[in-house]
Amino acid sequence: MSRSILRSVAVPLAAVILGLLIGAILIVSQNASPITAYSSLLQGGLGDGDALLRTLQKATPLIFGGLAVAFAFKAGLFNIGGQGQLLVGAVFAAAVGFGVDGLPMFIHLPAALIAGALAGAIWGGIAGALKATTGAHEVIVTIMLNFVGGNLTDWLSANPWKDNSGNNIVARTPLVEDSATIPTFGAIPVGFLLAVLTAAGCWMILERTTYGFEVRSVGQNRNAAHYAGIKVGWIMASTMAVAGMLAALGGAVESLGVDGRFEAGVNVGLGFEGITIALLARANPLGVIPAALLVGLMEAGASRMQFKAGVAPELIDVIQALILFFVAAPMIVRWLLRMRQGDSEQLRLGAGWGNS
Amino acid sequence: MKTHQRRLLWIAATLLIVLIWTFYSANGPQTTAVLAGTVRAATLLALGAMCGMIGERSGVVNIGIEGQFLMSAFFAFTVTSITGSLFMGAMAGIATGLTMGWMLAAMAVGLKVDQIIAGTVLNIGALGLTSFFYDRSRSLGVSKYTNIDLGALADLPLVGTVFFSRPPITYLTMALLVIVHIALFRSVWGMRTRAIGEHPGAADTVGIDVLRLRYLNVTLAGGFAGLGGSYLALEAVGTFSRAMSGGRGFLALAVMIFGRRNPFGAYAAALFFGFTTALQNHFQLNSVFDIPPQFVGMLPFVVTIIVVALSGLMGSMRDPAALGQTYEKG
Repeated sequence: MSRSILRSVAVPLAAVILGLLIGAILIVSQNASPITAYSSLLQGGLGDGDALLRTLQKATPLIFGGLAVAFAFKAGLFNIGGQGQLLVGAVFAAAVGFGVDGLPMFIHLPAALIAGALAGAIWGGIAGALKATTGAHEVIVTIMLNFVGGNLTDWLSANPWKDNSGNNIVARTPLVEDSATIPTFGAIPVGFLLAVLTAAGCWMILERTTYGFEVRSVGQNRNAAHYAGIKVGWIMASTMAVAGMLAALGGAVESLGVDGRFEAGVNVGLGFEGITIALLARANPLGVIPAALLVGLMEAGASRMQFKAGVAPELIDVIQALILFFVAAPMIVRWLLRMRQGDSEQLRLGAGWGNS
Repeated sequence: MKTHQRRLLWIAATLLIVLIWTFYSANGPQTTAVLAGTVRAATLLALGAMCGMIGERSGVVNIGIEGQFLMSAFFAFTVTSITGSLFMGAMAGIATGLTMGWMLAAMAVGLKVDQIIAGTVLNIGALGLTSFFYDRSRSLGVSKYTNIDLGALADLPLVGTVFFSRPPITYLTMALLVIVHIALFRSVWGMRTRAIGEHPGAADTVGIDVLRLRYLNVTLAGGFAGLGGSYLALEAVGTFSRAMSGGRGFLALAVMIFGRRNPFGAYAAALFFGFTTALQNHFQLNSVFDIPPQFVGMLPFVVTIIVVALSGLMGSMRDPAALGQTYEKG
C-alpha cells in the first residue's frame, strides 16, 4: 500500500522538479536569477497570511474546474465546457446574491450557491442530454455552449442585472449582499473548504456508490454497460449535469467569495484550466486538490515573481505545460529515476472519444 | 452518400443560390460585403479542420490545433518582422506547424501519451511560450497580404469579389481543400490513412506500418495548422497578440466533425460559421435590427448545436473506429 502511494507520488513530484528546472533555463535566458524568481514565487504564494489566502483563493475554482472535467472523464465524456458552466454559475449566484435581501445568511448564501449550481447543471446537462438522445458530440456542444454562455452572461450583466450605481459603465452586477458573501476564517476562505469537501464527495460517489459504479462502467465500456442493464443515456446526461454543477460552483464561489459580484470578462479562461488540473490529477477527484494547490500557488506568486525578479508571469503557463507533459509521459521520468515500468499507470482518456 | 441525401443536398444548394440572388438583387453591396466576410472567416477554420481531419482519419485526435495556430502565428509574425518578408514569415509559420505536429506525433504515437493530454500540452505550452517571449514593441514592419484579383474572373458580379479577389493564403486554402479531398478518397495514401483509423490491426496485417503512417500524417497535418497560423498573423490581422487564436482551433474541431471529416464538408461548415460571423459584424455595424449584439453573437453556436443534434438524429455522424486509441503491435 505505502509502496504504491510512493510510486504514484514519485512521478508527479519528479515531473514538477523537471518542469521547474527547465523553467529555470528559461529564466536564465531572460537574464534573471532563477533562485530569486522561484523564492519570490514561493513567497508570493506562501510567504504570509495574505499570500496563503491568495493561493487558496486561486486554487478554489481550479479544484471545482478540475472536478468538472475529472467527473465527466469517469463516464468517458470530455467536458470542455467548464468555461461556460463557470460563467453561468457565477452570474446566477451573483444575481441571487444581490437581488434578494433581508434573508439570514444560512438561507441566503446556500440559495445563491444553489442558484449558480443549478444554472451550471442545466448548462452541462444540455450537452449530456443531447449526447444521450441524439448522439451529438459532447465536445462540440460544450465548446458551443462556452460561446453561448459568454454572450449570455455579458448580456445579463450589461442589461437586466447591471450595476447602475454612480456612473458605472462596466458590464457588471451590483455587489452581493453581506448575507450572501462567503466568509473567510483568517487565511482560510470557506469557499476552499467547500471545494475540498466537494472533492471528497465526488470521490465517495464515484468509488463507493452504485451510481458511481455505473458511471465508471459506462466510461470503461459503453456497450458492456448497456448489456449489463445500466441506463447509459441517463448516466451520460446526469454525469454532464453534475460536471456542469461542479464547474458552476467554482464560478459561484468566485462571485460570492472573491470578487463580490459578477463582472464580464473577469473569469475568462479560468474554466479551461480545469482541463490541466484534471489531467495533472490523472482524473482522480482527490488528486485534484494537490494539483489545484500547486497551480494556485504558482498563480498567486506570479506577480511577485515579476515584481522581484523581472520574470514574465506567463512563465508559469510554460511550467504547467512541462509538468503536464512529464506526468503524461511517465516513461521519461521512469527512465530518469531508473524506476521499473509501472503496471497500468499510464492515463488513458482518449479512448472514450471514438465510440459516440 | 445515399440517393435521398444527395437529392436533399441539391435542393439545399439550389435554395441557397436563389436566396443569395434575391438578396443580391435587393442590396448588392451589402450582400457582397457579408459574403466576402464569410469567405474571409472560413479560411482559418477550413485549415484547422483539415489539420484535425488528417489526424482523426488516421486515428489520432488533435485537440492541440489551438496551440498550433498560436505558435505558428507567433513565428510567422516574428520572422516577417525580422526579415521583412511575408513569404519567409509564412514559411516559418508552416515550419512551426510541422514541428508542432511532429511534437504531437512524438507524444501521442511515439511515447504513447494519451492523445487528449498531448494536445492539451501543446495548447498550454503554446500559450505560455508565446506570451513569455511576446515583445510588445515589435511590429510586423510590412503591410499584411492584400487581395489579388484573378484576371477577368474578379470582374464577375458578386462571385468575383467573394471568391476571386482574395489574398494568397485564401486561394492556397481553396486549392488545398481540393487536393486533400482527392488525396484522402482517391489515392493509396488516403486509403491507407483511412484504414489505420478504422482498423489498424487489419491494416497492419496487410503490411501497412501503422505507427509510421500515423507519425507522418500527424506531422503533415500540423503544416495545415501552421498555414492557418500564418494566415492569422500575416493575412487576417497583420500583427500578433496574446492568445490571438481565440478559441478558433476548437471551433475548427467542431467544423471538422460537422463537415463529416471530409474537406468539402468541412469547407461548407466553415462557410456556415463564417457567414454567421460576417452577419453578426454586419448587424453590429449597421444596427439592422434592434437585437442586442450578444444574441446575434450566440446565433452561430446555437444553430450549430441544433444542427449537430439533428444530424445526430439522422444517424449520419460516425467517428473513425480506432479514434483516440494507441496502437500496440500485437
